[in-house]
Amino acid sequence: MLSARIVLIFARLAVWEASRRRLLLAVAVLTLIVIAATAWGFSKLAGPTLDRGQPLSQTELRVIASQLLIVIAFLFAAVLALMAAVVGAPSISGELESGLALALLARPVRRAEMVLGKWLGLGALLVVYAVLSGALELIVVDLTTSYLPPHPVQLIAYVTGVGLILLTLTLFLSTRLAGMTAGIVPLICYFMAWIGGIVGGAGQALANDTLTAIGTATNLLLPTDGLWRGAVYAMEPAAVVAGLQQAGPAAAASPFSAAHPPAPAFLVWTAVWFLAMLALTLWSMHTREV
Amino acid sequence: MELTKRYGATLALAGLTMTVPRGQVFGFLGPNGAGKTTAVKLLLGLLPPTAGEGWVLGRSIRDVEARRRVGYLPEHFRYQPWLSGREVLGLHCRLAGLARATWPEEVDRALRLVGLQEWADRRVHAYSKGMQQRLGLAVALLGSPELVILDEPTSALDPVGRYQVRQVIHHLRERGTAVFLNSHLLTEVEMICDRVAMVDRGRVIATGTLDELLGGHAVRLRVGGLDLRQRASLDRFGRVDDDGEWITLRGLAPDRVPELVTEVVAMGGRVYAVEPRQQSLEDRFLQLLGGEG
Repeated sequence: MLSARIVLIFARLAVWEASRRRLLLAVAVLTLIVIAATAWGFSKLAGPTLDRGQPLSQTELRVIASQLLIVIAFLFAAVLALMAAVVGAPSISGELESGLALALLARPVRRAEMVLGKWLGLGALLVVYAVLSGALELIVVDLTTSYLPPHPVQLIAYVTGVGLILLTLTLFLSTRLAGMTAGIVPLICYFMAWIGGIVGGAGQALANDTLTAIGTATNLLLPTDGLWRGAVYAMEPAAVVAGLQQAGPAAAASPFSAAHPPAPAFLVWTAVWFLAMLALTLWSMHTREV
Repeated sequence: MELTKRYGATLALAGLTMTVPRGQVFGFLGPNGAGKTTAVKLLLGLLPPTAGEGWVLGRSIRDVEARRRVGYLPEHFRYQPWLSGREVLGLHCRLAGLARATWPEEVDRALRLVGLQEWADRRVHAYSKGMQQRLGLAVALLGSPELVILDEPTSALDPVGRYQVRQVIHHLRERGTAVFLNSHLLTEVEMICDRVAMVDRGRVIATGTLDELLGGHAVRLRVGGLDLRQRASLDRFGRVDDDGEWITLRGLAPDRVPELVTEVVAMGGRVYAVEPRQQSLEDRFLQLLGGEG
């Protein structure tokens, strides 16, 4: 039986380390700068435009704000993916390489408790970061343009999912590979999955089965792009969604648009992928020699 | 019993069988790469054995609970550089499952034993190598363990630090704690260990108390005027090792030396030198490694 007490000790240790190493401070400061910059940008959007000398109509403003928000959300999702990879990669491999893990694992501690604790601690950091930065950005956009995406909770949930998926993959690799390798590989996979999504979309637009299959395969191997599309859908006002649905398959090629929310089967697959990767990580750590 | 560890084609430990008695200081000796650290890691469940079984304080080494009453200082010690020494000790109090009320006292006692009180609230990254090893020793001493495993515990310490570690080990023995000391510093082992096992290429090549291992006393004689037969006849005093100039007699009690000298003189020999000596652990170690044991 795993001990929740030990898991929480390791979770707390992971958060403590991030705080002591000034990671939390650095991320908070930079995020606030980004949010302040976007607030300034959105506030300018609501003012008179150069060619017309008068402000955009409410509908125009909503559409433009929603599109800009999608690009900003992409930045946040990428930052979250980077954070997951950079923080997760050395967390197991570094401690194994340096010998730090020896003293810890010689205690009455199961390796699964250590791994789950790290996952929980780092995962909690990602969730808190995604929720706080996401909520703050949405508030700022709402205050400057009076636009709030139709599904803000889903938006933040999907973006958080991207971070957690990448964290889980990174921790798995961190049980076997050196820190830098365990960090780079998930990031490459993340961007390849994104490209894979674009290829799949192009396949749909061109009715090319091979390209569509590539998109489906990359999405099954690493479901981050599917979750990203869910976030995009959550940010699109009804008018944009209606336009995309009218445009048919041709609209699918853009990585910044989604005509439909993620299929329930895909969400189930994502949950299965996630649990399988976590189980694989525990097994990998259990069988590793330290 | 018959603990075996294989890394691919490399046999790190070949059927290790030995017993560490409770309350004694047990020295585990061997050259670099002999399998000492592998044995320790197997005992602590850090590595799974390829074959065999081991027990620590009555529990199988595969049982996590076996480690509850064990303290460990790794050979390659390293502690969270972003924590203070006191915080590292607090973390290990938690992981060891010690009662919360005892933590401050446990931490202070461990810090005092290794002489780190003044540095307790500084971050570990500011510690010297020797201080980190002292911290590791303090971690191993938390919670009054019944077994303390020290893997090369003085490798980063100066002579004063080494002396202090020996004092700590003496203190542990007085308290009835078993100490498993992994070392290749033979003089150190000779000073503090009750029992010793020597390991080479993954096998125990000798084990016993120091007296048993060193085979008691020996005497070296430089003698002239005796022929080969006469020199060999001295074997009734002990095992004869004759290099032509010096005759070494092993296993001879010191009180029989005058009798030996009288015998040599009676045979017509001339005695130039008599050197009673006890074989050092180093001599014995080299002898065993050379296959002369």
